[in-house]
Amino acid sequence: MTRTIARIALAAAGLALLPGFAQAQKNAPNNDITAQAEQVFRSSFRADNPKYWMTRLDQDEAMRLCSQYRDNPPAKLRAQIEKAQMATIRYPVEGKLIGDWKEGEKLAAVGTGGHIGFIQPDPPGRLRGGNCYACHQLAKKEVAYGTIGPSLHHFGKLRGTSDEIVKYTYDKIYNSNAFTACTNMPRFGLHSWLTPEQITHIVAFLVDPESPVNKD
Amino acid sequence: MHSIVHAALAAATVGLAGAALAQGSTMDDIAKYREMLADGNPAELLEAKGEDLWKKARGPKNASLEQCDMGLGPGKLEGAYAQLPRYFADTKKVMDAESRVVHCMVTLQGFKEEDVTKNWFSKPGRDSDIEALVTYIGAKSNGEKINVPARHPEEARMAKIGEQIFYRRSGPQDFSCAICHGQEGKRIRLQELGNLTTQAGAGTAMGNWPSYRVSQGAVWTMQRRLIDCMRQARWPEPKYLSDSVIALEVFLQKTASGTVMQTPGIKR
Repeated sequence: MTRTIARIALAAAGLALLPGFAQAQKNAPNNDITAQAEQVFRSSFRADNPKYWMTRLDQDEAMRLCSQYRDNPPAKLRAQIEKAQMATIRYPVEGKLIGDWKEGEKLAAVGTGGHIGFIQPDPPGRLRGGNCYACHQLAKKEVAYGTIGPSLHHFGKLRGTSDEIVKYTYDKIYNSNAFTACTNMPRFGLHSWLTPEQITHIVAFLVDPESPVNKD
Repeated sequence: MHSIVHAALAAATVGLAGAALAQGSTMDDIAKYREMLADGNPAELLEAKGEDLWKKARGPKNASLEQCDMGLGPGKLEGAYAQLPRYFADTKKVMDAESRVVHCMVTLQGFKEEDVTKNWFSKPGRDSDIEALVTYIGAKSNGEKINVPARHPEEARMAKIGEQIFYRRSGPQDFSCAICHGQEGKRIRLQELGNLTTQAGAGTAMGNWPSYRVSQGAVWTMQRRLIDCMRQARWPEPKYLSDSVIALEVFLQKTASGTVMQTPGIKR
């Protein structure tokens, strides 16, 4: 624990010495405008939004830094974010990381859930999916896929199903920022958007040789 | 009447195009489908209604909106929308088309702000006067270049605030505007995403509003568009006419400046 703190402190001290960091600091948006924007943003929401909705505007350290550096933090900071995010990952109780690919296939297609507000909210309890197809190609038969993320077609076929790959896949879905600070990909496990069990189903959809991701 | 027939035709076309889209959807199909609809945009009905509302004496003061100053002087509407949001000395605020129309309905016609904004967007069976007025005012900038240089210090400040909000990440999906709209040539599912950080991308995004949205069966204003973006980001609901929405508009209009408006538009 103290070692980690010492390391972070050392890393922080090291930052100031790096020319790259000094440059990034200079490029970082002016603090005054950031504070004004924060004030304007926070006060722009309806007063009757329930308090627990409003907590969705809170930023953790990763969000704050990613916003400040417009998703391109300097290398040292990037490493610091990735390390801290890696430490958040939790695993299913039984420890099995490959679930049922058929369940994963369903979750990959579901884009609903989690919408709040008074105009068009999701009904309470509506299934929240991973919405993987919004950004990734997966099974060949689904042509309505997005391109914000890389194609994951043949994910398992190309990488195999070693323990290492399976763990990487689980970890990446749980907390994408553990590998790439400020990536566009949400941190599904960290936010409890998906449960650890649901994540194992999506892992199976990606790595199982019988899954349409790999079969076709 | 002509427009009504067009609208009916357009509605029929939607059904056909929908079926065509289901099999082997491509961007080309969507482009063709927009072309089909372009001849008869249902938004034209609303534009005509907006013109009536603009010219008719209404409200406790029994006045029309013809003396409303949308930024170019009282009653001057040609090209006004393309130069909004802007700073208004009378209110000492940066205002967009919608906040300015509301201001005029309150000051010139004597309506109460809460009454005017109660139906700021339409639902089936519930019309919105604001939607109609803004569609009319927007159409008066059809073919005009967007021109929001944000030179006034207040406008410049709002542009910077809008830019900050554009990159601000929060919520259970870690979203910001930039993650979907900060890159070139991406799409979500099959929907193409504009890169709003470039002039061309921001121009495409901004120049068509107010726009008839086929998927919603209604005209959406820019406020409606941006408030729904925040819903998609899974954030709480912004206030109508709030400063963060106006700040985003200033940032986007500034980026889009120089591109030509085609409004009312028609969108997915």
